Amino acid sequence: MNNQYKVVNKSVKKIDGLALACGKPVFTEDLSNKDFLCVKILSSTKAHAKIKNIDISKAEALEGVKCILCYKNVPRIIRTTAGQGFPEPSPYDSFMFDDKVRFVGDRVAAVAAINEEIADKALELIKVEYEVLEHILDPRDAMKDGAPVIHDEKECKVIIPIDYRPEKNICASVSAIVGDVDTALTNSDYVFDITVHSPRAQHCATEPHISLAYLDEKDRIVIVTSTQVPFHVRRIVAQTLELPVKKIRVIKPRVGGAFGSKQEVCFEDIVAMITLKTGLPCKLKYSREEVFVSSRTRHEQYVTIKAGLNKDSKITAFDMYVLSNTGAYGSHGLTVMCNCGSKVLPLYPTDNINFKGHAVYTNTPVAGAYRGYGATQAAFAMEIIIDQMAEKLGVDPVEFRLSHHIQEGQGSAIFQALGEGREGVEQKVKTCGLPDCIKLGAKEIGWKEKYYKPKDKGPIKRGIGIAALMQGSSIPEIDMASASLKMNEDGSFNLLVGATDLGTGSDTVLAQIAAESLGISEEDIIVYSSDTDMTPFDVGAYASSTTYLSGMAVKNAAEQVKEQILKVVSEMFMEKDAIYTFANKKVKSNSGKEASFEEIALRALYQQNQFQIGSIGSAISHSSPPPFSAHFVEVEVDTETGKVIVLKYVAAVDCGTAINPKLAEGQTEGAVLNGISYALTENYILNSYGKMLNPNFRHYKTLKMNDIKEIKTILVPTHEPTGPYGAKSVSEISINGAMPAISNAIYNATGVRLTDAPFTPDRVLKALKSKI
Amino acid sequence: MQVNLNINNQNKTIEIEPGEILLDTLRNSGLHGPKRACSTGDCGACTVIINGEAVNSCLIFTASVDGAKILTVEGLGTVSNPHPLQKAFVEEGAVQCGYCIPGMLMSAKVLLDKNNNPSEEEIKTALGGHLCRCTGYVKQIKAVMKAALQLKGGR
Repeated sequence: MNNQYKVVNKSVKKIDGLALACGKPVFTEDLSNKDFLCVKILSSTKAHAKIKNIDISKAEALEGVKCILCYKNVPRIIRTTAGQGFPEPSPYDSFMFDDKVRFVGDRVAAVAAINEEIADKALELIKVEYEVLEHILDPRDAMKDGAPVIHDEKECKVIIPIDYRPEKNICASVSAIVGDVDTALTNSDYVFDITVHSPRAQHCATEPHISLAYLDEKDRIVIVTSTQVPFHVRRIVAQTLELPVKKIRVIKPRVGGAFGSKQEVCFEDIVAMITLKTGLPCKLKYSREEVFVSSRTRHEQYVTIKAGLNKDSKITAFDMYVLSNTGAYGSHGLTVMCNCGSKVLPLYPTDNINFKGHAVYTNTPVAGAYRGYGATQAAFAMEIIIDQMAEKLGVDPVEFRLSHHIQEGQGSAIFQALGEGREGVEQKVKTCGLPDCIKLGAKEIGWKEKYYKPKDKGPIKRGIGIAALMQGSSIPEIDMASASLKMNEDGSFNLLVGATDLGTGSDTVLAQIAAESLGISEEDIIVYSSDTDMTPFDVGAYASSTTYLSGMAVKNAAEQVKEQILKVVSEMFMEKDAIYTFANKKVKSNSGKEASFEEIALRALYQQNQFQIGSIGSAISHSSPPPFSAHFVEVEVDTETGKVIVLKYVAAVDCGTAINPKLAEGQTEGAVLNGISYALTENYILNSYGKMLNPNFRHYKTLKMNDIKEIKTILVPTHEPTGPYGAKSVSEISINGAMPAISNAIYNATGVRLTDAPFTPDRVLKALKSKI
Repeated sequence: MQVNLNINNQNKTIEIEPGEILLDTLRNSGLHGPKRACSTGDCGACTVIINGEAVNSCLIFTASVDGAKILTVEGLGTVSNPHPLQKAFVEEGAVQCGYCIPGMLMSAKVLLDKNNNPSEEEIKTALGGHLCRCTGYVKQIKAVMKAALQLKGGR
């Protein structure tokens, strides 16, 4: 269907690939030098405490120390660090520095010194007097009567009307009701009830969080930072420092992975403040331990689903409850929770839905955005319950999913009921490649042979499992992206995008979209992303929006440029009613006349009725078309040791048109492996005082090359009419399958159901024993 | 104190602090390929080749490698003249964010120097110390195989 394309739907090489593979200085740290002050953070050793006093005098007196920040000497401006659109749906509940700490790892002070050694020494010289308060670690304790109140500051608030009750440690609550669930469940032939627990987790981008700040020649603050959201960083830093936006420039160089962890103003406010106070350039880079403890994590969640099913196979109701642990601050608290419902419940249409949730504060590391964004945790529960339904009816789980998933042309009441802090947007699914995903994936894994195969008598049991998934593409009626295109005299173009390539390859994908529209090669597109002084606005790289929405902005810009080119061409050709085609960097008229882009550009820039051929295109999304995916996994469970090995993992994905199939596969494989790692090993171990005991890669295990067997990606093309060249999103969806698919596979292998991730050997053994 | 190092085929005498870590020495010398990502030797982003072996440069005192021959990714190839490994990594889609790649390429180079026909398992073992969070390692395995073939003169 897509063979009419010249550049999109082709695996062209990633445009920045070779520079990266040659070690060019393209990351934030590479752009600093020895003149940059070294900034270090003093973080809290207490989970919950009032700072009675902080004495920075000795540290300040140390030679080489240039600046120390703490609650005593910075403005007390309440804000959120969540890098979201404005007004943000996350509560305003944090300051640059506060006289209270709310988790082990919370900011107490920042030191800027001429080198790291002196900065470290200065940290030791700061004396903090704490008044320790009672703390909460378990989200199930947060709303209990008499629980300590974590946000008792008078300033905390929400700026859009959402249910915010800090006195009860409730960061947000949500409720969406469709039909009558209670009656439906009462009248159902079968009722299912399951609660799953997903732990907090770390994104583990290989590049730790890092920011630089310096003054430009006009004394504006320039922040160079590894971020997903340069424009939100500019806005939030301006707000926190009480500066006009125009005084701040944010530059995003190459980013060494993010996965949601950099959709956050982790410390750009601090480097900006230090540069503002000292006039000196400075650099702050988290250590790996700080990334684990003080950056952001996935929201730990308990997800409960009750579901009704009739003997005729009709799903009668879903009742989903989410208890989400947002940690010490409410970043993305509401929206991650909403996504649990809006990205999971529509997959299996039913007339009756209750969706409720609480996001609660605890004295633990701060949660935030993480690839999957709630859908990961909720799909874990949903895809287990779907297997249980199939089993109850004696239907194959593959067949059950095929006969119950949402169809093209179908909507879901939950789309409209659940937005981001407001009503959602009604939408009908225009493209759904899920049937093919399920069929092709089942064939690839060998479903029919393996699922029913009698289990081995020995201690090693094999099993297979499935999960079906959907996500979205951008946040409808909220997200906006724009792009500018400018023609050069050799017929090449500068494409400036606010969209933020995090290593995803979006610069390449956007170049392909521009090139396809203009009838040129992607090599004639020079991409620059992103810089708040240079590139037009884009909300940033999140919510699976870049290919879909920023791609549409690029296409819009290219369409406008084509009109300008035709204006020049019509002057050149002087033909009436000609029909023009764009191909091979030329415009051709139906009379046979043609002009190269170079000739057109030279004329426009130098020769006749001169003007700059160029434009800014914008795009907003009116819907969030879901990509779909079916995941299959074959596991081996050692019933003597409890170890689970993933033998083969198949992810079949409908992302619409894959603008760059190889990059789409890469997104899928990366998300799959992250999902497997999350399902099998990754976990924060906190002691009873809230201190993380494993903040390093040795004790927080992420899977590496020698841990994997076989991962297979199958791209299932559809053509999404609202997306650029039929594209939907691909980046997030595939992290959601591993927990439920592996749980289902362990059940198939052993008859034991794992609902508490990660499925570590001790937990598997415990579950096996409790079965006996 | 001073050390003599041969870095990317250039002899250099470098002034260092006692206790200085090789990764810092290299980065301070303007080499940005090796990256500091964990400081505990668990991620491989700082890997360089010292006297023919792939080593985590974040764990090595510079003073302890006085006189050594060191190769970083900058010495492997350039944008205009890339090494077959660099080319294959880009062609196979093995480079996503690219932060881990300069280190991974060093381990791959040592592997291919010693074994010009590695099996998938041998590649996984040789590159098993590298954390890449963007990919599923699938394309990197393919890339190393492709480069091996090319280095042997095949197509």
